[in-house]
Amino acid sequence: MSGFDLSAILRNPDYVAMLLRGIEMTFVIYVGSWILAMTLAILLFALRVSPLRIGDPIVKAYVSYHRNVPTLVQLMFWYFGIYTLMPQGVTDWLADHNAEAIFAIIGLGLCQAAYFSEDLRSGLRSVSPGQMEAAKALGHGYISAMRFVIMPQGVRNALPPLINHSVSLFKNSSLAIVVGASELTHAIKEIDNVSFRTFEIYLIGTIIYLFFSLIIMAFGAYISLRSDPVRRARA
Amino acid sequence: MIQDIIKIIHDYWLLLLIGQYPNGPLGGLANTLILSALAIALAFPVSILLAMARLSKWAALRWPATGLVYITRGVPLLMLILWCYFIVPLWTGADVPSFLIMLVTLVIYEGAFLSEVVRAGIVSLGQGQMDAARALGHSYIGAMRFVILPQALYNMIPSMISTFVSTIKDTTLGYIINVPDLTFAASQVNNQLLSQPFQVFFILAVVYYALCWSLTHVANSVERRIARRRAGPRKIRLRSDVVPLKTFTEQL
Repeated sequence: MSGFDLSAILRNPDYVAMLLRGIEMTFVIYVGSWILAMTLAILLFALRVSPLRIGDPIVKAYVSYHRNVPTLVQLMFWYFGIYTLMPQGVTDWLADHNAEAIFAIIGLGLCQAAYFSEDLRSGLRSVSPGQMEAAKALGHGYISAMRFVIMPQGVRNALPPLINHSVSLFKNSSLAIVVGASELTHAIKEIDNVSFRTFEIYLIGTIIYLFFSLIIMAFGAYISLRSDPVRRARA
Repeated sequence: MIQDIIKIIHDYWLLLLIGQYPNGPLGGLANTLILSALAIALAFPVSILLAMARLSKWAALRWPATGLVYITRGVPLLMLILWCYFIVPLWTGADVPSFLIMLVTLVIYEGAFLSEVVRAGIVSLGQGQMDAARALGHSYIGAMRFVILPQALYNMIPSMISTFVSTIKDTTLGYIINVPDLTFAASQVNNQLLSQPFQVFFILAVVYYALCWSLTHVANSVERRIARRRAGPRKIRLRSDVVPLKTFTEQL
């Protein structure tokens, strides 16, 4: 192997195309699982704060399972386990529609929903009950007090952990390689196999991941700055 | 279904716990536990050094440490594993077992994560502790060694345990480079059976759940105990607001 040479990879249109396809698939998985996770997290949170007695243990069990079982094992359980139990028609349809990516999205999304719902809950819980009483005293109903007084404060409190977990979801999307989804890490491994430029391609991959994680972090910092009325007034 | 699960456990429990593999003398759960315990034990001193470097007044120490922590936290663990998988044999020029590669990776990764915890613990103590120690004649190192770190580390014990839990979960990624841990053992069992993947991975999930759940509860109870000790000796509860003289003097 000759010396260090990044251009050997960056000048080759095939490798660049592979990298771009990998990035695209990573983002499909990331955005898909983020949306799934957020939707589920809001549902779980709603179930938990609702007066339904049955909701609480269900949500607790859900969160406990997804926190204590490694994400990789969850992905394997979905792809190698549950996939094979599905009826023939469903498996055929999934096999035609990139089953690996779909199961990666399902596995990661379900797992992350547990973390997101806990973030939302802790954020909402940090709003003191006096706020609700004050809002009611001012004539708000439950819904409008939630909408105008509790939620804005609670979601703002929940933002920092939500951003952290969004970044870790992005990093976890690399686990999709285990079930065979063709995302960025997969593309990097393939280019490594073809080009034998191990050091260079892993350096490029690391920089890509670092770049996007830092962008997500910066975006999160921007949003939490925007949503802070004190700092916004000062700025 | 349940009979299948029981049969798998009956047939393969030795393999799942301590089974033999070509990649190493131990396997399964034993490897997972040894790997995470070693990783935490080695990552701990690394994290203290990193945290002290990040807090140091010399930019030559502060910047590399900060950069290392940011890079390690911004990159997926999987990428780090693959880095070490290809780079460590290049450095040493030998055929390094994947167990050791995974250990090196985890020490770097958990070291970076723990260093943030240590740093938060040190920063939360307040400048006064350092000033007081220096005023009493300690050097910087001595003040760190005898005043700052003991307090910071004591506060850190619960988050250490939760880092241990996440290390156990992270060891599963060694599956990619064939570290013979529990996940690998389960996939071996799956390859031998081929017909019951659901049952095998169900067992795997249950074992990990039991492990991490119980450790999380240990962390919670330790946290409660520390909080109780921090609150000081239990105060004597009085039936009225008037302090009886006897009780008061006894307390002194």
